[in-house]
Amino acid sequence: MHLVLFFIFGGLCVAGALNLLLQRHPINSALSLIVVMSSLAVLYLLLGAEFLAAAQVIVYSGAIMVLFTFVIMLLNAGREDRTHGSKAAYALGFPGAAILVSLLAYIFLSNSRELGSAELGAYIVSTGDLSNVLFRDLLLPFEVTSVLILVAILGAVALARKEEN
Amino acid sequence: MNTVPQIFRILPEVILTVTGVLIMLIEPVMPKSASRKSMGWLSVLGTLAALGASLWQYQLPVGTAYFGTIQTDAFSVFFHVLICSIVLVSLLAAISSAPREMDTLGEYFGLVVFGAVGMLFMTSAVELLVVFIGLEISSISTYILAAFRRKSAKGPEAGIKYLLLGSFATAFFLYGIAMLFGATGTTVISQIADRLGSSHLPLLAVAGLGMILIGIGFKVSAAPFQVWTPDVYEGSPSPVVGLMSTAPKAAAFAVLLRILYGALPTLHEYWVPLLWWLSALSMTVGNLGALRQRNVKRLLAYSSIAHAGYLLAAFTALSADGIAAASFYAVTYAAMNVGIFAVVSYAGGYDDRLTLIEDYRGLAYRAPVMGGAMAFFLMSLIGIPFTGGFFGKFYVFSAALHSGFLWLGIIGLLNSGIGAFYYLRLIAALYSKPSEAAPLNQIPRPSFALLLGVFLTVAATLILGIVPGRVLAMAKAGAATFYSVSASK
Repeated sequence: MHLVLFFIFGGLCVAGALNLLLQRHPINSALSLIVVMSSLAVLYLLLGAEFLAAAQVIVYSGAIMVLFTFVIMLLNAGREDRTHGSKAAYALGFPGAAILVSLLAYIFLSNSRELGSAELGAYIVSTGDLSNVLFRDLLLPFEVTSVLILVAILGAVALARKEEN
Repeated sequence: MNTVPQIFRILPEVILTVTGVLIMLIEPVMPKSASRKSMGWLSVLGTLAALGASLWQYQLPVGTAYFGTIQTDAFSVFFHVLICSIVLVSLLAAISSAPREMDTLGEYFGLVVFGAVGMLFMTSAVELLVVFIGLEISSISTYILAAFRRKSAKGPEAGIKYLLLGSFATAFFLYGIAMLFGATGTTVISQIADRLGSSHLPLLAVAGLGMILIGIGFKVSAAPFQVWTPDVYEGSPSPVVGLMSTAPKAAAFAVLLRILYGALPTLHEYWVPLLWWLSALSMTVGNLGALRQRNVKRLLAYSSIAHAGYLLAAFTALSADGIAAASFYAVTYAAMNVGIFAVVSYAGGYDDRLTLIEDYRGLAYRAPVMGGAMAFFLMSLIGIPFTGGFFGKFYVFSAALHSGFLWLGIIGLLNSGIGAFYYLRLIAALYSKPSEAAPLNQIPRPSFALLLGVFLTVAATLILGIVPGRVLAMAKAGAATFYSVSASK
């Protein structure tokens, strides 16, 4: 049952990601991103990360994607012009990506015994365990993230401000 | 050991964060017509306080805080002082060259200060997630600063290019951290080193190492991850380039030293050849690329790629001397590069009045002090004796040669020769007779802030070239922390 769910949503996730790249209209890309985010949430749930799955749905599929689609619609963005891209990107980029993927696949497969296997859906990470890590062991990175968000806000204000003359 | 209050271990970062928040609070309530340069002086004060706090941290006992995520030791203090000094000079350059009526000047200083917080966290972090967050803070603030000249077409182009490629590289870095976690089950640097010995997954750790090298290679603009550098440097305001070509790079080199020597010393047979190639490629690509440039900022961009290559050569040495040489080179490179961009932002102004080498003809006649300082920095970049650049190169290549990398030394020497050619071309332009209609005629008198900044960097470059002993001893003390920590375990 878990394995079937994994293959369905894993496949959906990859298909959504591919569609995101291939679509030429931004709104279609944004909608496929919602598919990617939601199927990722199911994968997290299968791995026993229930809190993460819920947060993924609420924050990513919900809040962030709503904002994305709003912005795209408000800007009234049209279809993208298709450029041919550079020859170097085709000559080096695709083989490079293929080599990287096969190298990683080789490493994961050849180490599959040492990596061990986990039963899908066998355990659940409780919210208590999670908060122990987040608010105790990793308290500092958690707090410092606020500086990161502050920088992003400051930058958005600076770059989006209307020119005064 | 735990008698030191934890907050003392992150004091410089806290001071800078408070400074940034103060700027954000004061700037909006200032009268509209008031110059925002006072915010610049406020951030200078904050940086000075952070510099003092870093020096003060030196007498604290070595130790970690916040559940082993932050460590203050001679190494972190060394890089804290370096980064604060770089930020100080580039703030002075920005104060003197930014146009008075610029409406986003307050945000500019705020972003510089917050970016410095990220860089300081990168150098004192001993846990990879803190490293990552620090890296993101420093990167995102530089992406935004790169796009600050919104009116010129090149400004947003620089920002977008830097953002897209930079985020791509950051993803590699994060994936590398995830793989190291998969191989060892921890993200604490010292524990990675301990568990790697008994790990059954060395191959996964090697893959993680490769990913991390790609990510850091991009941040320090080492070839073959250097493609973004010339475009971004050309489009960004000159005081920003002075900052981003030195401070985030110094922080990234510190991270690389901590990861390679602190977490992955057992994998050195994998990473030494990789760094050999990164170093040789960066030197060659940087110097050959610079030969063809007519634009001064693009030329300096390629020169910074070459210097990243020189610095990486020290990593192959696998000894405390190598770490010390890399740290020392980071200091000398920072002094001369921040200095030269302070002069460029004075002569070219915020909006790049001067771009080509020909535009700089006769700068030494119109502005003798500034022209002379620029020529001095160029000589240091070549590596002429009695400048910091000479000792920097000397230590780096003697460290590489001691470990038997003869060819790396030869490639470095050949590259220094090529480098001398294009640096001398620029010096010759500075001292040749200016043509009558030169854009040089609009050059203003150097302001106090600029004179102070250039004086500090010239003095630093001179001191590093004549009496390098003190700084080298500090770099060696920093390097020794790696070996004492691993020995005591």
